[in-house]
Amino acid sequence: MITARDIEDLLRELAPRVLAVLARQHGDFGACEDAVQEALLAAALQWPQEGVPANPQGWLTTVAYRRRTEVQRSELARRRREHTAALLEPPTGDTTPPDRDDTLTLLMLCCHPSLTRSSQVALTLRAVGGLTTGEIARAFLVPESTIGQRITRAKARIKASGAEFQPPPQDQIPARMAAVMEVLYLIFNEGYTASSGSDLHRVELTAEAIRLTRQLHQRLPEDGEAAGLLALMLLTDARRPGRTGPDGALVPLAEQDRSRWDAKAIAEGLSLVTSTLARHTIGPYQLQAAIAAVHDEAPSAAETDWPQILGLYDLLDAMAPGPMVTLGRAVALAMVHGPQEGLRHLAEVDHDPALADHHRLLAVRAHLLELAGDHQAAREQYALAARRTLSTPEQRYLNSRTS
Amino acid sequence: MKYAILINHNKEARDAWQSFSAAQRSEGYAAHQSLHDDLENSGEMVAAEALADPSNAKRVLVSAGSVSTTDGPFDQSEHLAGIYLIDVENVERAVEYAARIPEAAFGLVEVRPVLGASGADM
Repeated sequence: MITARDIEDLLRELAPRVLAVLARQHGDFGACEDAVQEALLAAALQWPQEGVPANPQGWLTTVAYRRRTEVQRSELARRRREHTAALLEPPTGDTTPPDRDDTLTLLMLCCHPSLTRSSQVALTLRAVGGLTTGEIARAFLVPESTIGQRITRAKARIKASGAEFQPPPQDQIPARMAAVMEVLYLIFNEGYTASSGSDLHRVELTAEAIRLTRQLHQRLPEDGEAAGLLALMLLTDARRPGRTGPDGALVPLAEQDRSRWDAKAIAEGLSLVTSTLARHTIGPYQLQAAIAAVHDEAPSAAETDWPQILGLYDLLDAMAPGPMVTLGRAVALAMVHGPQEGLRHLAEVDHDPALADHHRLLAVRAHLLELAGDHQAAREQYALAARRTLSTPEQRYLNSRTS
Repeated sequence: MKYAILINHNKEARDAWQSFSAAQRSEGYAAHQSLHDDLENSGEMVAAEALADPSNAKRVLVSAGSVSTTDGPFDQSEHLAGIYLIDVENVERAVEYAARIPEAAFGLVEVRPVLGASGADM
């Protein structure tokens, strides 16, 4: 028996493929994307009643194509032009499997450099993820009209830039792939909340990010960073069941009940990161995944292999330095050489404008002071960090450390 | 990233507003309307509301299980007069929008980040 949930999963799997077929044949990505959304909606209404058609992708392509033609026709009528015969020809190849790169082309188009990050995120979730505007809006807690407008504008910008449904020039691909991965990681992090309540009406953004990153990895099995990003997400998300206490408060890594971690996700993440590190050029996502793997592999916080984590942070610091790497490395230094060493390192970097007064710097310093036994100073830093943070769960956690 | 743009009023601003000509006031309303429209069109609007005068406010006090209220206005030099809730790329963009609010001429407009639900591992 096929459930509504199965149908939804199927539709979202097929959405980018149908869009690819349509956009490749007819151009005008924006109009095709609208047509595919309508076809998905029609399927979501009809299939549960009438059953899934024998060729679901063909069904969706035909419906989307008709819709696309109707819109085009009325546009043409409005311009008082004659219908062109070409419009009435049915699409060809709607049943042939799409090129393996179609999803990639779609991802890269959605992450076009003329768009803001938040527009790239919204467009990716709709065009590649097959989510509705309403679902995206609920996930981001903004009005539906806001996401609708964001998507409309994004498509208009893509059109104005002259971009077509085809892979970007070879020399632009690395930058575009970096943007795609950044967008996917952004979606993941947006969903990585501490809330334990399962809101059935809200799409799980972490699950969606993992699903899309999995597609990316499947299409680019030789890309170490795509594998690294997928591993990083799996290894991070695996800890989610232990991350929130029964009262909804954030539980720090060192105090989490590791038996609640998702062993299956950890196993998959570990195997991915192990094989990618052995085979591919190393990159920042792989290193972050490797760090997550060391945490996930430790049977207890006390048994964490901190020297290995420090070594990985050293590499990360050399390859992709940044404020969060600096802080992670300071913690690792403290765990290997003692809290004073970590604090000394923080003192060296706290003039960096990217870090000065940053709540993470304050939180890390508080933690290291606590480890060093200076509880009074630790409480002060925790209180400061709680005031500076922009996250509700972090604020709650940091406040809890001040008493 | 969500930001609240808080528009405060004080006596100076109120006096200035009352001294304005009809044309000046229309200009003020138009500035708010165009800001509103731009936020809607760009897909950055979350909500926008103007608040009634504090003389319409009630302060609520719960003491030993019983609820009592005090009617406004209250003795305060500044009061919140309106709020925009926006979802933008960064704080610079939020400030850019805030600067278009007429009350910014009195230094009474404040941009404040909204707390999010996602958080890093500690």
